[in-house]
Amino acid sequence: MSSGWGSLAASVSDATARSREAVTARAPNPLLTLVGVVALTAIVLVATQGALDVAQATVNGIVSGSYFALGAAGLTLVYGVLRLVNFAHGEFLTFAAYMTVLAHGTMSQPLLVALAFGVVVTALFALGLELVMWRPMRRKGAGILQLLLMALGLAFVIRNVIQLVAGTEVRTIGANVTAAVHIGGIHIGRTELWAVIVALVALLALALMLRGTRLGREIRALSDNAELAETTGIDTNRVITYTWLLAGGLAGLAGVIYAASVGVVTPQLGFGIVLSLFAAVVVGGIGNAFGALGGGMLIGLAQEWSTLIFPANLKVAVGFGVMILVLILRPQGLFGQARRID
Amino acid sequence: MTVAISFDALAGWDFWVGVGVLAATYGIFALGLQLNVGTTGITNFGQAGFMAIGAYTMAILVTRYGWSWWWGMLVGIGLAMAAAVLVGLPSLRLRADYFAITTLAFAEIVRYLADNERDLTGGSQGLLGYSGGWVSLSVRLENWLNDHGIDVPSFLFPLMLVSVGLLLVLCLVVVALVRTPWGRVLRAIREDEDAARALGKNTLLYKLQSLALAAALAAIAGFLLALNLTLLVPDEFDPGFTIFGYVIVILGGLGSYVGVFVGSIVLMALGEATRYVDLPLSADKVAAIRFIIVGLLLILLTAFRPQGLFGKREEMLLGD
Repeated sequence: MSSGWGSLAASVSDATARSREAVTARAPNPLLTLVGVVALTAIVLVATQGALDVAQATVNGIVSGSYFALGAAGLTLVYGVLRLVNFAHGEFLTFAAYMTVLAHGTMSQPLLVALAFGVVVTALFALGLELVMWRPMRRKGAGILQLLLMALGLAFVIRNVIQLVAGTEVRTIGANVTAAVHIGGIHIGRTELWAVIVALVALLALALMLRGTRLGREIRALSDNAELAETTGIDTNRVITYTWLLAGGLAGLAGVIYAASVGVVTPQLGFGIVLSLFAAVVVGGIGNAFGALGGGMLIGLAQEWSTLIFPANLKVAVGFGVMILVLILRPQGLFGQARRID
Repeated sequence: MTVAISFDALAGWDFWVGVGVLAATYGIFALGLQLNVGTTGITNFGQAGFMAIGAYTMAILVTRYGWSWWWGMLVGIGLAMAAAVLVGLPSLRLRADYFAITTLAFAEIVRYLADNERDLTGGSQGLLGYSGGWVSLSVRLENWLNDHGIDVPSFLFPLMLVSVGLLLVLCLVVVALVRTPWGRVLRAIREDEDAARALGKNTLLYKLQSLALAAALAAIAGFLLALNLTLLVPDEFDPGFTIFGYVIVILGGLGSYVGVFVGSIVLMALGEATRYVDLPLSADKVAAIRFIIVGLLLILLTAFRPQGLFGKREEMLLGD
């Protein structure tokens, strides 16, 4: 019975989304504008910096974009379903990387087993936090300020527990980071290539899951309107449980493939890229899982392209700049539908 | 494994002078957070960024451009306030989540730039040599105290006097401000922004002013931190500082300015006292333990005693 209601809720929300699109149809299509801006930037860059450099930067951008998209997808899913800004999401990435180090280095498991172990344990870790912390707080009717402060405190606690247990010394996952593939003057690390393929497959699977399965429709229904979804009989707690498993798993995957292709693991790993994840989430429309995929790629490209003109150490600031620009011009995100968010 | 605890140090002047300087620094920092989160209901997670802008502006103008210390501080406060307006304008119109994300990201960008713009900030090597102006003032104060028959127990004593005095004065100023009609509008925004807007108040403007004032307080806290450290390094300004600030705000009670004063002294006295607990661990592990305790304190206080020592429980539940 609840399955029928779940899909009904989703189809209702799809219908309202369509009607909203119809209402805003007269405004310039944001997606077309975006494609135009990206294409124009690419042309200007090719003309001034040379095609080869731009191609290399684009490849680098797609590589980092795929980590960002994976990490941002989990972050935005949790926000969409729970209205929780999980500042500890970056620490999920770090946690997964250290779990892989533990399995591969300390327990001498094969690398692939260790990577899978990192992902699974992180998904369970995320769910554990939901059961210990977030669910009881929701029962208490916690306000938005309480949740924000607890998330910030949690990020701090996890990072420092990792630092306490594992120490500050740099570790490695043990993947080969020197072998590279060369295609017509452009090079990409072999592990990086694998990372991009794994990320794209995972993201495609996520998109299909959100579009095609009952769980996916329920997640989207809850993100769209939690109260309406609940009145249609969706088992909210079940959906929330799966959302955390998904978010933790995606963060774990982002963490292990990032650590594998960069080669180094420190307690600051996730904290170092969480800003880019937030930028991707905001650019894609906070709570919009499809938006996070586009937002992640866009931030990756913007950061790598910026290195053609600005010093490379300004990369992270460029991501932040793009985020502020989107907040000013289109606060609901480039891929979001028009809605009030004030 | 031996854990040696000695309480002798707690009876000494050095201990309380150190606590006083730290409590005033964190207290002034948290005063701004209290104004934002406790009185106006806006979640400023970027206070450490405003503090960094204040401290670095002063230090850079003094060391690289030979400015006087006073002008350096004035421009530092001005720049921190300008940054607050620039960050607030795109994000304060939106939901609290956006504002929290944007301010936290802003603070991290400031720290990141301080780390990377080595020509200007010295990067992680640090920036030295900006305290000359203060040192000569400190010596004059010390002589004046000696002339009046007061023994100066340590070289930090004048800084402690000045910073605790500043904390008291700024506390009173903010309390007075909150009681004006201007402050009542801030509280109205916290209670119900739509209602305040319906009464014809430009709530964005008030929220920007609240944020800019908090940024000015952060900059002042930054000067005290810089003088206490005598070496500026970007890591001092990581979000951990903001977390300490929130622990003080929640411990003292949301919306309570007495709470900020008491909370900062209690937290810093406890924090400094734990330095005398001799754990057989390396320095970075001890630092990690301290941060874990502070983070847990924030989580547990927020979950179980959101009203803190002096606040009202209802204040915390607001804001959805």
